[in-house]
Amino acid sequence: MKVILNAEQIEQILRDLTSRIISEIPPELDIAVVGIRSRGEVLGQRLASRLSEELGRDVPCGTLDITLYRDDLNSPQSSAQPQVRTTEIGFDIDDKIVILFDDVLYTGRSTRAAMDALRDLGRPKAIKLAVLVDRAGRELPIQADYAGYKADVAPGESVQVFLTESDGKEEVVIG
Amino acid sequence: MSELLIKNGRVIDPANGIDKECDILIVDGDIAEVGKIKKTAETVIDAAGKLVTPGLIDIHVHFREPGDEEEETIASGSAAAVAAGFTSVVCMPNTKPPIENETDIEYVHRKGRQARKTHVYTMGSITKKREGVELAEMGFMAEAGAVGFTDDGNGVQDPSVMLRALKYAAMFDVVIAQHCQDNSFAGNGVMNSGYYSTILGLPGADPLAEEAMLWRDIQLVRKTGVRYHAQHISTANSVELMRAAKKDSLPITCEVTPHHLLLTEQCCAEYDTNYKVNPPLRAARDIEAMKEAIAEGLVDALVTDHAPHLKSEKELEFLTAPFGIASLECALALYVKALIEPGILDWPKLIELMTVRPAKIIGVDKGTLGKGRQGDVTIIDPDAEYVIDVNKFRSKSRNCPYNGWTVKGRVEKTIVAGEVRFSVDD
Amino acid sequence: MALLKRKGEQFQWRHKHLLGLRDLSTEEITYILDTAKGFEEISTRSVKKAPPLRGKVVCNLFFEDSTRTRNSFTLAASRLSADVIEFTEKASSVSKGETLLDTARNLEAMGIDIVVIRHNAGGAPKFLSRNINACVVNAGDGFCEHPTQGLLDVYTIRKHKGTLEGLKIAIVGDIAHSRVARSCMWAMTKLGAEVIFVGPPTLMPAQVDQLPVSVSYSLDEVIEKVDVINMLRIQFERLGGNPFPSVREYSHYFGLTVERMKRAKSDIMVMHPGPINRGLEMESEVADGSNSVILEQVKNGLAVRMAVLFLVNQAAAMQG
Repeated sequence: MKVILNAEQIEQILRDLTSRIISEIPPELDIAVVGIRSRGEVLGQRLASRLSEELGRDVPCGTLDITLYRDDLNSPQSSAQPQVRTTEIGFDIDDKIVILFDDVLYTGRSTRAAMDALRDLGRPKAIKLAVLVDRAGRELPIQADYAGYKADVAPGESVQVFLTESDGKEEVVIG
Repeated sequence: MSELLIKNGRVIDPANGIDKECDILIVDGDIAEVGKIKKTAETVIDAAGKLVTPGLIDIHVHFREPGDEEEETIASGSAAAVAAGFTSVVCMPNTKPPIENETDIEYVHRKGRQARKTHVYTMGSITKKREGVELAEMGFMAEAGAVGFTDDGNGVQDPSVMLRALKYAAMFDVVIAQHCQDNSFAGNGVMNSGYYSTILGLPGADPLAEEAMLWRDIQLVRKTGVRYHAQHISTANSVELMRAAKKDSLPITCEVTPHHLLLTEQCCAEYDTNYKVNPPLRAARDIEAMKEAIAEGLVDALVTDHAPHLKSEKELEFLTAPFGIASLECALALYVKALIEPGILDWPKLIELMTVRPAKIIGVDKGTLGKGRQGDVTIIDPDAEYVIDVNKFRSKSRNCPYNGWTVKGRVEKTIVAGEVRFSVDD
Repeated sequence: MALLKRKGEQFQWRHKHLLGLRDLSTEEITYILDTAKGFEEISTRSVKKAPPLRGKVVCNLFFEDSTRTRNSFTLAASRLSADVIEFTEKASSVSKGETLLDTARNLEAMGIDIVVIRHNAGGAPKFLSRNINACVVNAGDGFCEHPTQGLLDVYTIRKHKGTLEGLKIAIVGDIAHSRVARSCMWAMTKLGAEVIFVGPPTLMPAQVDQLPVSVSYSLDEVIEKVDVINMLRIQFERLGGNPFPSVREYSHYFGLTVERMKRAKSDIMVMHPGPINRGLEMESEVADGSNSVILEQVKNGLAVRMAVLFLVNQAAAMQG
């Protein structure tokens, strides 16, 4: 198990993502952040509050549970079955720039599911993908607009993200 | 002259108080001698280590003929019976059409003779079409050889009709038997009313259905003095009623089935229709009471109430499947399990309840190994252990919840009128 | 936010059938309720659909009249993008004498994935599950169970009260013939509530004293003590004989009146599985009053049924 990001590095990535987003998106457009459960939710909230602070206006934040949109629901799995949790997006996503935030971008399937879910919720002006860690291994033609850290991960290894609010510690490990 | 010698068996003849190792000689179909026999004979059966008893008698079976011959016929039923050690059976009259006149009685007798397996007797119905309204021709039926009367399948609901039936029967020397079921208590119950019917969500039959009619009939017997036989009693309260009635020396007898000694209502918990039977399976305390009654000598006959049904009929929801268990072919072993193994009865007492006492109820001169009696003999291996396999049944039907049970006590040979009509080696 | 479990530590739902609540553990029941929470949101969207049952066929096999429950299941299934077919008794071959077993075999041959069955015979769903490969969901069998109703009832209570632990819940009416009463009893007691059956002695089931509930023949005695009151519908079509002399007398003793509500706790929850016999089980003012959660039950019923369909389908997929 190798630690690839520590608490300060995670903090730095969030700062970088915040400034890149602000510099790229015209200020007159409405931005919203939607974090993909579970750890994307925490990260999304942090990003949204930083954006709100920088922009001086409220950037709404919601949480998306993609379990129902996964493409592997109907195939037998040997790993644990996913638990359905709640999607809580208390605002209209129509015409907004929605920044989807996930902890790790790997095969691209979670992002695809998230986009399918957003489609049933409304019609955003644009969807941008922000991720904390980007690792190779795409199975779909999906790329992050804002990637925090490009990790070099061997195929058999997994990337695990631990965040204070959800896990009591702050680090990203490969193992 | 045909001779059959059965040697070295433990001969148990409760009617004559015999329980010892000796031999039996049957000549031309009748019992010629019982004792230590030195000479040899044409056919010799070595019954060493086996029990040799009077042919067993089941006074409550359903052979479904006429009307439901796919379920069972008199031929298939008596083949099943003889393989189970029974040399005589009594058919119930709830066929289609029911047995309610002398032609019907003669029909059953004829079919039984043609089958050439067990002796087949039959009861006639008490009322026309078993509807419980008008009396059937009990006189003609008695003359044709009916060994009793019952509306079995139904109980006679109207007390005045039952009273009239008993009064009328006083003219003849017959027994009136009753399937005690007061329908106003039973309702549409498909199992015993209690905790299990509540949580399984099925309508339950209150035990009062059996007890109320039994109590009523006992009062009518008190009044008329006619011989009465309570069929398949199943509850502790019914036992109480019988105890009191016998104490008063009323001419009342009763019978019990194996399922009311071995299975409780809890067996219905998976909705397996093989456990759907009437009267329904009761609670553990009822089984205890039945066993006590048997130990006391209160019960007069052990029967099967063999009730064959087609697989397709039993493959219905519990609510709608027909009632009945087909257990002729494992009856003896089941009684061993229920009564001999726990020490409630010994072999002589068990045999008594399957031979001479049932014979007395139906008034036939059988169930004994007396000299000159017809040679009906059953040879039993009391220690043989086997697994009940419904697929080996000779009965046409397979609705039996005991499939797969490991039991002890097997019939080796059944001899009817001096002929070996069943042998386990076949 | 609670500390999250990592993969591999999670509870697994393994049942491809939902036949009743009696055989489910507290954990399993809680899991269904937690899952239902995730489905509530779908009904608030503009596109009220999610795809997990896409391409699956759900069959409503209803041998008993019921528009309400059947519609709820139909809606739940279609919200999950399943295709729904209806098999109702009058229309089906059952009235032509086809046995349940033959119906099951036909459904099997048609490749149905989930059968939602309502039948007048207790045990019919279990019988079906033994003779068919599809998932079986019990929508009510005889007097045995109505598991989704029990689930939506406890879901509604949990939403309002946070937990059922320690709550006193009265279930009032024809308990003897009520599958809702039984399912509620199992779910509520497993979640820690105290259940009281209230009704006339003639409408109590056999050996009720062996059930994990207390019994009262007096609504007046009970009304002040309970946190939740669940009024059952008097089903005239099911009553045999006359267990009470008249409707008037029944509602006098067991009707939830405005008068009785005055003596109840101010935050008492008033529930009813519907449809209500206004004026019999409860007065209109109570049915429409502020303590009533009857309409919410209907809404929650949809989320609960979506969760159930989702879960049994998942279990079937996992079993391959």
